[in-house]
Amino acid sequence: MAFNHKHILGIEQMSAEDITLILDTAESFKEISLRSIKKVPTLRGKTIINVFFEASTRTRTSFEIAGKRLSADTVNISASTSAVVKGETLEDTAKNLEAMKPDIIVMRHSCSGAPHYLAERCDFSVVNAGDGAHEHPSQALLDLLTMRQHKGRIEGLTVAIIGDITHSRVVRSNVYALGKLGAQVRLCGPGTMIPPGIERLGAQVFNSIDEAVSGADVVMMLRIQQERQGKTMLPSLREYSMFYGLTPERMKLAKTDALVMHPGPMNRGVEISSAVADGPQNVILDQVENGVAVRMALLYLVSGGDKLEDSAQ
Amino acid sequence: MKILITNGRVLDPAHGIDEKFDVLIEDGRISGMAASIETADAERIDAAGCLVVPGLIDIHVHLRDPGFEYKEDIETGTRAAAAGGFTAVACMPNTAPVNDNKTTTQYILHKASQVGHARVYPVGAITKGLKGESLAELGDMKNAGCVAASDDGHPVSNGEIMRRALEYARSFDLPLISHAEDLSLVGDGVMNDGFVATELGLRGIPWVAEVAAVTRDVMLAEYTGARLHVAHVSTRGAIEIIRAARARGAHVTAETAPHYFTLTEDAVRGYNTNAKMNPPLRSSDDLQAVREGLADGTLNVIATDHAPHHSDEKNVEFNLALNGIIGLETALPLTLRLVEEGVLSLTDAIACLTTGPAKALNLPGGTLEVGRSADVTIIDPDAKWTMDPQSGKSRSSNTPFGGWNLKGRAVCTMVGGRITHRLS
Repeated sequence: MAFNHKHILGIEQMSAEDITLILDTAESFKEISLRSIKKVPTLRGKTIINVFFEASTRTRTSFEIAGKRLSADTVNISASTSAVVKGETLEDTAKNLEAMKPDIIVMRHSCSGAPHYLAERCDFSVVNAGDGAHEHPSQALLDLLTMRQHKGRIEGLTVAIIGDITHSRVVRSNVYALGKLGAQVRLCGPGTMIPPGIERLGAQVFNSIDEAVSGADVVMMLRIQQERQGKTMLPSLREYSMFYGLTPERMKLAKTDALVMHPGPMNRGVEISSAVADGPQNVILDQVENGVAVRMALLYLVSGGDKLEDSAQ
Repeated sequence: MKILITNGRVLDPAHGIDEKFDVLIEDGRISGMAASIETADAERIDAAGCLVVPGLIDIHVHLRDPGFEYKEDIETGTRAAAAGGFTAVACMPNTAPVNDNKTTTQYILHKASQVGHARVYPVGAITKGLKGESLAELGDMKNAGCVAASDDGHPVSNGEIMRRALEYARSFDLPLISHAEDLSLVGDGVMNDGFVATELGLRGIPWVAEVAAVTRDVMLAEYTGARLHVAHVSTRGAIEIIRAARARGAHVTAETAPHYFTLTEDAVRGYNTNAKMNPPLRSSDDLQAVREGLADGTLNVIATDHAPHHSDEKNVEFNLALNGIIGLETALPLTLRLVEEGVLSLTDAIACLTTGPAKALNLPGGTLEVGRSADVTIIDPDAKWTMDPQSGKSRSSNTPFGGWNLKGRAVCTMVGGRITHRLS
């Protein structure tokens, strides 16, 4: 089947077939990263600009490596939300970049909807690398690729996601993606971190981590942001860790072969104990490895790569 | 100078008139209203098929003048008012400088008398600089022409200050208008708190932020015996509080805006910054409650909260966009939709735009009477038109109703017998 999306704005707009195609394509790209010469000419002559208005190491590096392994010319801009500070609007920033004729803009932005704003106004393809608390599609796709790699399927899996659900774009993209492929999603966190109506996206909500983790095939922990503690969202990280931290004891409630995942960066000893993070069930670095393959697939597919004749790798 | 409006259906809710009447206007005043008036030397306006109603009054607009003339000024804002059928507007004090003093009030009134296309009734600030800290000179501003006081755009967060403002304003019989919002509950929210906000990943403003503030202000009005008008009511909870207070006999009136009975939070989808306003568009249950509140008279005023903003202030990321939409040119057809949908009778709909607002702020007008100033609006209730934001009279075009097919339009507006708008 063909991939008919010019932009990757979120998982919400994708069909189950789209997601499977991306995962299959990513699968086929994985071996490129294992070669001694880690490069194919597929996107030679394409220009990709990574525009990060919000700090990111992992995602930006992953997108950059993905572009380079496909021979695209990649450029990084870190704007630290300063389009506003400098007085330039997002549209002006985008139009200036557009004048340099890029093929793809990969953007992270602290405002939900910022990539949609860009996609409406510019000619290039937009790949959302995380917008506010909305979506982070490449993260969900690399999570699914990792689950599929270890479990052989997505359908029928029970996935527990624990943490700050309200402020998490990783959650929303995962809820969409897992739901479309037939997995059960459980969400868990303190009441201050459960947004209204989230269950209507097709997830079950739990207050107790023990209940959420029981019998799960996958336990995904979210990073708890340090600045949330001591204000109104959380009394302390200490208490958060007591009630929502993933410990070896709690992992025993999950299936014996359950996977431990984390989108990073981790707060060891807060949402996840080192014993679990480094334990035999963790696939956290597989997620990172798969991230490169998934982003190669996304860049390839939005470039119309699957429709090119010389797309043989 | 004589004008004879013939063959129209005269609708004056204040007097319970709904008759086929001719209306004669002489020297700016209504000089006759009867089934058939014969006069030789008058300019004749044929109103066959049209409604002839008291000039519409909008008691909640932002004319942005002085200080933000790039968004709107008194000339363009009142031109938009006239085009929408309004003959009078009350303008909010969040200008620069703030209208918290006699001099600014006088500037507004002077400019309106020079370039205005509608009567302009300034609303003064409750507190100096809208800071919520110390009372503005309410008596002096009332003498200069202010018809009410409000810190609109900001609530008076301190309960003690709101109490004293009500007590003080009571001695001048000056209504206070409450912009009811508990800022600690609003936080950094940008739309209604609920499923849509969750889905879009936007911070929510819970309905309780409005209800908590309305409750305090209504109770303070009852406690002090002062008059309170509640601006832009958007939630079921606030309506229930106001309904109960009115049943107890409190001097409380309340308005809603057309967007709160026409749109819900769903309009934000796609990160539409023209659906961003404060209070935010609410749930469908709230929309239903607003309609019920209008139907039973709890909400007896429809006001637009006309809030012009430059496209540069809306053409940005949703979080960064300013709150508010223009409304003067769409309020009438959106209100008439309520008649079509059986929510309001035609008389009650017109009352919400005429006698309701006039009574809320003690304004002259809002009714048709022989001997009174001829503020008259002629409406073609069947006129179908498509809303084009760019061709409006406002200087700004921030509306979520662009491209909507609307029905009903002011074909002629006159203020004191002077025609301020005529649809060609």
